[in-house]
Order: sequence, then C-alpha cells, then structure tokens
Amino acid sequence: MNVFAIIGRVVLSTLAEIGALTRFIWLSVSHVFRPPFFWRLVAQQMLRIGYFSLPVVALTAFFTGGALALQIYYGGNSLNSESIVATIVALGITRELGPVLGGLMVAGRVSAAIAAELGTMRVTEQIDALTTLSTNPHKYLVVPRVVAAVITLPLLVFVADIIGIMGGFVVSTGSLDFNAGVYIKNTADFLKYDDVMSGLIKAAVFGFIIATMGCFHGFNSKGGAQGVGRATTNAVVTASILILAANYVMTSLLFAN
Amino acid sequence: MSEAKIELRNVHKRFGKKVVLDGINLTVPKGESLVVIGGSGTGKSVMIKCVLGIIRPDSGEIFVDGKDVLMMDTSEREKVLRKFGMLFQGAALFDSLPVWENVAFGLIQGRKMKRKQAKDIAMEKLAKVGLAPEVGELYPAELSGGMQKRVGLARAIAADPEIIFFDEPTTGLDPIMADVINDLIVDSVKDLGATTLSITHDMASVRKIADKVAMIYKGKIIWSGSRAEVDNSGNDYVEQFINGRADGPIQMEVLKP
Repeated sequence: MNVFAIIGRVVLSTLAEIGALTRFIWLSVSHVFRPPFFWRLVAQQMLRIGYFSLPVVALTAFFTGGALALQIYYGGNSLNSESIVATIVALGITRELGPVLGGLMVAGRVSAAIAAELGTMRVTEQIDALTTLSTNPHKYLVVPRVVAAVITLPLLVFVADIIGIMGGFVVSTGSLDFNAGVYIKNTADFLKYDDVMSGLIKAAVFGFIIATMGCFHGFNSKGGAQGVGRATTNAVVTASILILAANYVMTSLLFAN
Repeated sequence: MSEAKIELRNVHKRFGKKVVLDGINLTVPKGESLVVIGGSGTGKSVMIKCVLGIIRPDSGEIFVDGKDVLMMDTSEREKVLRKFGMLFQGAALFDSLPVWENVAFGLIQGRKMKRKQAKDIAMEKLAKVGLAPEVGELYPAELSGGMQKRVGLARAIAADPEIIFFDEPTTGLDPIMADVINDLIVDSVKDLGATTLSITHDMASVRKIADKVAMIYKGKIIWSGSRAEVDNSGNDYVEQFINGRADGPIQMEVLKP
C-alpha cells in the first residue's frame, strides 16, 4: 500500500477525532449554563465520583508520601535531612504527586466506569430513547458527570494532600527517628497557600478531563460488547495521557514566575 | 386524501462509502398507520432516526406537519420532538430507573410534571398495556422480553404523542406475545388517534397494524399501497418478501458453499 495514503488517512482520522471532541465539549459546556439543571444527578455523581474514590486516593497518597520521605532521606542523608524531608514531601505532594497520582487513580476508576455505562446506554439505544423523551442526552448524562468531577476532584486532592503529608510524617517519625514536633514545624514553615492552591486548580482541570473523556468515548461507542470494551480502554488511556500533558503545561504556566 | 403528517422527500444518507438511504420519498397521512417492510440492513432504522433528528441526513427534506425539521434550530426542534413517542427494538429502557419512572420519564424530565402526578399517569399507562401496579416498582432487568416491550410501549404513549414510531415491535417475541403486542399497539393508537410509522419484517404484524404498507429496498421505497393490496401487489420484490423466499430478485449477500 502507498505510504502517503496511510499517512493521509491517519492525519485525516486524527483531525476528524479532534473535531468531534471539540464539538462534543462545546455542546456539553454550553448546556452547563442553560436550564433545566439536574441537581439531583449532580449530587448522585459527586457521591459516585468523589466519595467512593476516597479509599483509593487516600491509600495512593499515604504510600507515596511515605516512599517520598524514604527516598529523600537515603538520597541526601549527609546534609540536614531532617528539615529537607519535611519540606520536599510537603511541596512534592501538594504541587505534583497529590493531583497527578490522584488524578490518574480516579481516571482509571471513573473514566472507565463512565465510558462503560454510557457505552452500554448507546448500544442499547437508551441514549436515543432520551432524545425521544424530550430530554437532551448531553444535559442529562454528560453535564452532571462533568460538573461533579470538576467539583469533587479538588476536594479529593485536598484530602490526598493531607494524607500524603501524613504518610511522610509517619515514616519519618516511625522508622527514621525524626522529631515529630520539628517535622510538623518544618512542614508548616515551608508550605505556602500557593502550593496547595496550584494543586487544587490542577485537580479541577483533571476532573474535567476524566469526565469528558469517559463521556466522549462512551457516547461514541458502537458495535456491542466489544465496542464498549474499546471505549472503556480508550477513555482511560486518553484521560491518563491528557492528565500528564495538562499537568506539564499547567506546571510551566503556574510556576513560570 | 387526508393531509400529510410526515413527509420525506428525496432523503439521502451514507456512512463512509456505504449508501444507506438513496433518495427516500415517503408520506405518512395524518391519523393513519404506515408500516415499512424490508429486510435487514435496508435502511429502515436509519430512516426513522433521520425523522427524529438522531441522525442527520446528507440531503433531502423531512416535513412534520408541513414544516421542514432539518431547517429548524434546536429549540424549535425540541418542540417538534414532543409530538413523538417511540418504541425501540430492544425496548431501550433505562436500567438505572424503576419501571414506573421509565414510563413517567418524558413527563417528569421533558414536561416538568410533579413526580406524584406523573406516577399516577405511569400506573394508568401500565394498566393499559396489561401490567399490574407491582410491576411499576421493579427494575427493567427483572422483566421478561415481552414485559419490557410492553413497558416500552407504555413509555411511548405516556405523554399522549401525536406520532408514534415502532421499531420492530414484535422482533424477538414468541408468536403469542407478538400478537398481544400487536393488539396493544392497535388499541393504544386508536385511543390516542395518533399517526404511526412502524418498521418491521414480521408479516403477521403488518397484517394486524397497517393501514398502508411501503417496501424499502436498497435505500429506496420500491412499492407502496394499502394493506389489502400487499398480497396482490404484482411486484416481484414484495412477493418474494411476504412469502419469505430465498430465490427472487432480492439477492442476499450470502456466499454459497
């Protein structure tokens, strides 16, 4: 086969996908601000996306904070490690690891669940049925999920920040014999409002990515069980990659000065 | 001749290279029941989805009550959609909601009716399709195929629509349940005085519910007439279809061993 034909086809299908995604996001976001609003559904989704993700995110944060403390201690034990460990754990967790690892864990959990649910609704014609019942599927299905994810992800990451720092504290005081009071003082001295805030802004963006990717791939799934499976995989993979890419862009913007 | 409720003029639709609708012309007179017959993959479902606005045709005009729905903006279109009810092939019930909420969905979400009042109407419609009030509290997954179809029918007629679409209403049911559904369709349509457009390949169903019959083949309407004329159509395609013969002008794309 002609190489140029293959390249052309790949470029065209990529552009078509980007176009479809842009249209999808526009349709969904435009419905966020137009009544009617489905508050009950938003609350229900907040429970599913946020509350039920707490154990996963908390465990991730705890072990990450602990491992981070050990790494810094082993890497820099000739210097004044007692102050360095506390500072770097606090900054690393709130700025980067809390939002990114939390976002990735929720992406795996929630994007997949959304894509599978909406994908099944698509192949069983339930989404078409919504249209025939005078209900806009974007408003009824997509908007509550996106709004709920954008609200709950920062809350989740805030909890992850606290538990992550606690993980570092437990390891430092438990197995590295640091002084608990000094550790807390160092954390409080170096941690600034901006560090936490930047992480929470990132988390809101990640929430948008997670819900949008789940909904987009679910909405466009076709071809029965296999199609739903493919949509689920694509949702998790694209959400994860977009989270990492968006994290880089936001880090370079938020910490440029 | 009575006025046209729905009219399709020269409607074309293709997916990639595959032409699905190749210039459909079809008129559904007000208050009548038109049944479109045709084999699998001849474009029957796509045609109905074009009228509902779920799929946008490439070219052509679709009139509902004399107005071209393809030229309308979203809010006008939503108003037109309120005239429609639809029974889907697989019933397409929302499996996250109990049966009564499925039936009342269009009233609660689409028309902002109070839940209490909507529930009363839902129960009344369930009784009309021969289902006991207890069924209203069950979930769709707990019902048999025939019961799901009946709930789908109750949902389609819940908002007293002017136009009802039936997508293969008897497919996948045993002959007796199929006949029950046919009777319910005839009764419920008569009560409402609704205009109906059905697609099916079940000739027993055609003989029971049709006033007029049209046959679709390769994306075109190739024959139309009254129910009585179907059996003496003099059209080779129609003859082959209603008698269910493998030999004839319609050749299935099946490779002979």
